[in-house]
Formats: sequence, C-alpha cells, structure tokens
Amino acid sequence: MSPWLIGFGFSFGYPIVSTLYFSFMRYDGLNPPTWRGLENWTYVFADLPKFWPAMQNTLWLAVVMVSCRVVFGLGVGLLITRIKTGAGVFRTLFYLPYLAPPVAATLAFVFLLNPGTGPVNSLLEAVGIPAPSWFNDADWAKPALTVLAVWGVGDLMVIFMAALLDVPKEQYEAAELDGASPWQRFRYITLPNISPIVLFAVVTGIIGAMQYYTQPIVAAKVASGVMGGSGQSFQPGYPDDSTLTLPQLVYSLGFSQFNYGAACVVALVLFAFSMAFTALLMRRRGGLIGSGD
Amino acid sequence: MPVRPRRAAAALATASIALFASACTGSTENKASDDPNAKTTITFWHGWSAPAEVKAIQANVARFEAAHPNIKVKVVGDINDDKLGQALRAGGSKGPDVVSSFTTSNVGKFCSSGALADLKPFIEKDKLDLDKLFPEVLQNYTQFEGKRCAMPLLSDAYGLYYNKDAFKAAGLDPEAPPKTWSQFTQVAKQLTKAKGDSYEQLGFMPNYLGYETVVEHYMSQWKHNGYFDAEGKSTVAKDPAFAEMMTYQKSLVDALGGFQKLDKYRTTFGAEWGAKHPFHTGQVAMQLDGEWRLNFVKDAKVTFDVGVAPMPVADDELAEYGKGYLSGTIMGIAPQSQKQNAAWELIKYMTTDTEAVVNFANDIGNVPSTLEALKSPNLKFDARFKTFLDIAQHPGSTTMDGAVNGASYQETLSALAHKYEKGQVPDLKKALADTAAQIDRDIAATK
Repeated sequence: MSPWLIGFGFSFGYPIVSTLYFSFMRYDGLNPPTWRGLENWTYVFADLPKFWPAMQNTLWLAVVMVSCRVVFGLGVGLLITRIKTGAGVFRTLFYLPYLAPPVAATLAFVFLLNPGTGPVNSLLEAVGIPAPSWFNDADWAKPALTVLAVWGVGDLMVIFMAALLDVPKEQYEAAELDGASPWQRFRYITLPNISPIVLFAVVTGIIGAMQYYTQPIVAAKVASGVMGGSGQSFQPGYPDDSTLTLPQLVYSLGFSQFNYGAACVVALVLFAFSMAFTALLMRRRGGLIGSGD
Repeated sequence: MPVRPRRAAAALATASIALFASACTGSTENKASDDPNAKTTITFWHGWSAPAEVKAIQANVARFEAAHPNIKVKVVGDINDDKLGQALRAGGSKGPDVVSSFTTSNVGKFCSSGALADLKPFIEKDKLDLDKLFPEVLQNYTQFEGKRCAMPLLSDAYGLYYNKDAFKAAGLDPEAPPKTWSQFTQVAKQLTKAKGDSYEQLGFMPNYLGYETVVEHYMSQWKHNGYFDAEGKSTVAKDPAFAEMMTYQKSLVDALGGFQKLDKYRTTFGAEWGAKHPFHTGQVAMQLDGEWRLNFVKDAKVTFDVGVAPMPVADDELAEYGKGYLSGTIMGIAPQSQKQNAAWELIKYMTTDTEAVVNFANDIGNVPSTLEALKSPNLKFDARFKTFLDIAQHPGSTTMDGAVNGASYQETLSALAHKYEKGQVPDLKKALADTAAQIDRDIAATK
C-alpha cells in the first residue's frame, strides 16, 4: 500500500465510485438508497429542462471567458514586461483585483453595472451610447461576468510575466538582425517558448469555468433583489437561466430538492467534460513539454 | 510478494465503500427515551438575523428556561434551509435538537423524507387537541400527507400597504382602498407619475420580482383549490384561476408602462429589508407585503401616513374580499437528537403556551399562531395590525402546498410566469399544460 494509493483512494477513487453508485439510486440523504437503474439519467437528459441551459452556459464560459482571460492576461503581461520605469506600480495595480474576495468583487460589479443607478450606465448614457442592462438582461449577464473575470486576471498576468522573462534574449536579438517584425517575433519566438504556460492557463481556466459557482449566484441574487425572506426561495440562473451553471444545478438538485441521484448524474457529466477538455488539449499539444521546434 | 498490496487495496476500497455507504444514511426512527425532567442542554437553531428579532427570540428562550429550570437552551441564529437540511442529514452530537424554518413550502420535503421527526407520539402523550389550538391553514402547512413533523410558530399574513398622502394628492379617497383587481389597475394608474422615460412615483410594482409580488402571493387572491389534486397531480393547467391570475398580472404590467420600463425602475430600489425600501422612499405608492412591514415602516420613520388593507380579489369574487396569503415559521425536532423529550418541551412551550406566543408576537411583530393568542387582550399592536389579524383568520385565506421536493414546483411555475410577464409566451394555455407536466415529472423523479 503506497501512501499515494491511500490518498488517491480516499480523495478521488472512493468519491467517484460512490457518485457513480448513487447515480443509479433514488436517494434523499436520509433514507436508505433504492436501486432505480437509469431513471436518474433519463430524467436529467430528457425531463430536466434546466440541464441544457446550464450545460450551454458552462460551455460558453469555458470557451469565451477562458479565452478572454488568457488573451488579456498575456496582453497585460507583455505590456508590463516592456515597461522600463514604474513597472512595480502597474504590476501591483493589475494584481490587486485578484486578491478581492469573489463575493465582494461580484457585489461591487453588480453595483457598478446597475442599469438604473450604476455609474457605468450613467456614463454611457451621458455620451449617448445605449447602455445594456448587464446582470438584469439574459443576453448581457454572461458578458458582464466575463468582464468581472477579466478584471481579476492578476494571477494569470504574474504567471505569464514569469514565462515571458524566461524567453532567451539572444533569440530576439537574432530575429531582429534577420529583420523580423514585432508580430513575427511574437509569433515565432515568444509563443513557442511560452506555449506550455498558455496550455496551463487554458486547462486550469477551463477547470475553473467548470466549477464556476460563487460569482453567478451572488450576481443573480443581488440583481434580482431576492435576498431570501420568509418563504421566498431564490432560484439560481436569473435572468432566465442565463447564469445557471452545472455546479449550481448539482447544488440545487441535491441540497434543495433532496434528489441526490440526479445531482450525481450532473456531477458525473461535469467530470466527464473536464476530463475530455483536458485530454483534448494535452493531446494537441503533446503534453506540457515544449516540442522545441 | 507483489500480490498482497493489490489485494489489500481492493479489500480496503470495498471496506471503505461499505463503511461510507452505511455511515451516511441517517436513521429516521424515533428514539425519544430521554427524561424531560433531567438536567440537560438542548441546541435550538433559528433563521432570524435582525438584531431586534434575535433579541426577541432570546427573551422567549429565557422565559422558557425560567419555566423549565432543568433545561438549558443553546441558541444558534441565522440558519437558512440549506444549512438546516445538511445538519438534519448529517446528524451527530454537534447538530441541533430543535430547529425552525421560514420556508413552509419545505415542510413536505422535511416530513416525507424524515428530515424532521414525527411529532405524533409527543402530541398524543400530551393529549393536545390541535383543532382547538391552531387555525386550519396553519395546521395544513405544518404537516404533509397526514404526517405531522412541525408545529406553527407565529404566522405571517400578507396584505396591501398604501401611501395615504399619495392617495390624497391623486384625488383618491385614502379610506377606500381598491377591493377588486380592476379597481386596483385604475388606482395604480392614477398614482403613477412619469419622469422622463422613468417614474417619479409608481402606483404599484407588479413585476414578479417586486419583492413580495411573487406568484404564490398573487395567487391567494384568486379562488383556487390548491396546487395539487387528490392524486397529487399539478392543477396549474386544469384550474383556470392560474391563467386568470397571470393574465391579470400581465395586463397590470402593460397598463403601468410595460415590463422593460418597470424592470429598469425596479433596479433603482433599495433592499427589501433596509430603510431604503421603495415604499418607504415614496418610489412606489402601494406595496404587497407581510405584517412585519409595519415595524419596518416605524423604524424607517416614514414621512407619510401609511394605510393597510387586504389585497384586492377577482371582480366576480367580491364576497371573498378580506382574504390573503398566509405562511409562517415552523418548528420541529431533529430525528437524530438524543434529547427529543426535552426538545419537545421547548417546542410545546413556544408554539402552544398562550403567554409565550403573545409575548413573542409582541416582541417580533408577527401574527400570533394560536386561536387563544389571537384573541388575547395582551396583544400590543397599533390599530392597523388588526387588518392582518383578520386576514390570518379569514376562512378564504390560503397558503402554498407542500411537496416532496420542497418549493421546486413553485419555482417551475414562477419561471413560466416570469417569461409570460415579459411577453415571451405566445400560448399561455399550452405553456401551463407543459408546466403542469414538468411539475409532475419532477415530483415523480424525487419520489
């Protein structure tokens, strides 16, 4: 028995096996589970209308939000490594938002982007740009969350900066002698050198997007004004299921509706997706080691 | 020997699965064998968080401890239903013995799953006659399919708050609030003052997210026979009252400026439980709300005269005027508790002792929940509170039914209503039929 096996068994093996086991069971968390075969699976895929919007939202976030974060993090990293004076100040400025607790940051954004009273829309309206309703509009809620995620891009920026400073200087010098344009230098020297870090950022970003829970739930609660009172139940996803993510669905099926079987099915779907995404990216890159071409 | 570790690992895995699978199924049988006269400490979880309310519950518990010197109560506040559900499932010695919740719609879930202990043996032991104690609606929302797992602790009645000064300014009689929904539309329009593409004052915020203007609160003003038929199937498509309510609400939304304009105005409102509530600030002139708003209005020191009345009723059901939506706090016993008899003493005291109920109602500003307390001369309220006491005792007042998956069915109906008020549902009849089918499927998937 290696220590690794004990750790793996308890923290991964057992949970995944029991999740699979309960996905075939009707289980309310209190009474002994009863075997129901594929009932939970057919319910989730055929009879649970909230499953598909949650799936689409999660995919949307995995694609759009993650790419925005990577592009932005890399862009800021590139800019800051170029700055000769006062780099420390900018580094601090861009890194600070990442340290804000997610709930507080989300609250601040809902306040800033409030369609009726928020300063952002007052500004936009003052200069004559039609202002969207952000967190109160099904088409704009996810872009608003993306803006929030890009604002907190400090973690990626730091990783990219470290990678950019590691690129050998002499390669740039040689390229300059050959008359390469800035774009060519970026495309043929910078990118190949930092590609493992880009892959790392994309994979961790996608796993993060798959677990995206706190920000959308806080945004939906505050924007809808349903803070939960006597007998009021808040349903995640406001407006119109546009911010409903798979983890929120797992939570509400299991902990609010006592339907653990269905919650386990959704959790397994989430697991399968994270695995598939990661495998696909690793494959295309041939692992985390630069291919050196 | 390379074989051994592998076999050991397999054995370990099997053993751990068996162990966990048995460990996380809580037992739900009653084991009330403790002596309620022994010296003991019980833990009581509740959901109140506002300082004045927490003080009221502490005072109530202190009175109980004075009456039962052998039982000490450890009070934990600010508990929501999700935390509660987790604790009831996990059990253990750190868990609560007595719990309370504001969400009456979860009683069905709590009773049917055994998350709360069956109170029948305790009620029989003490020979309580519930019909003599509680109004019928309160008895209904504290049990599910014949299983009683909760007792009502104070109740909430919903009615109409209106700004008398705004009524006068608009040339309306402040002593004659609207009684039918068609009158209500007229009055709301007369009270509405435009400002640019928004409002200076809105007569009423009809949107389902206008704080308490939710589907179930509207629904109590239309005669309907519950959300489920005798077979436990959803009635939202069969009973025309649901379509009538939604159609009326949509007409009110359209009459007051349409969904978009109203919703944008809604985003300028202060929080429901804060001093800047839109009714306090004069942003809306009428508000559907619970009896607690009277205390909030006092605390916010509003500058206008506040009137209260029952909510209007359908035009052809005027005889029903005076009814409203009822709900309340519920109390129950955790099934894993080792001190159930002592826990029952606290519940019995807080929910059935007239003096305790009256004192607590006075402190917290809710409607008393027992028939005796409702008649008590010791109730200290301003005259307006009587409106809510009358709504609470009106035979036509209704509440939300329980279900095995809690308020989930209500959320499904609300989701449709939210789409409908935005004008995204072309065929309401068909949409209601689909919604009813969905509700039935969700319940079947949980049973």
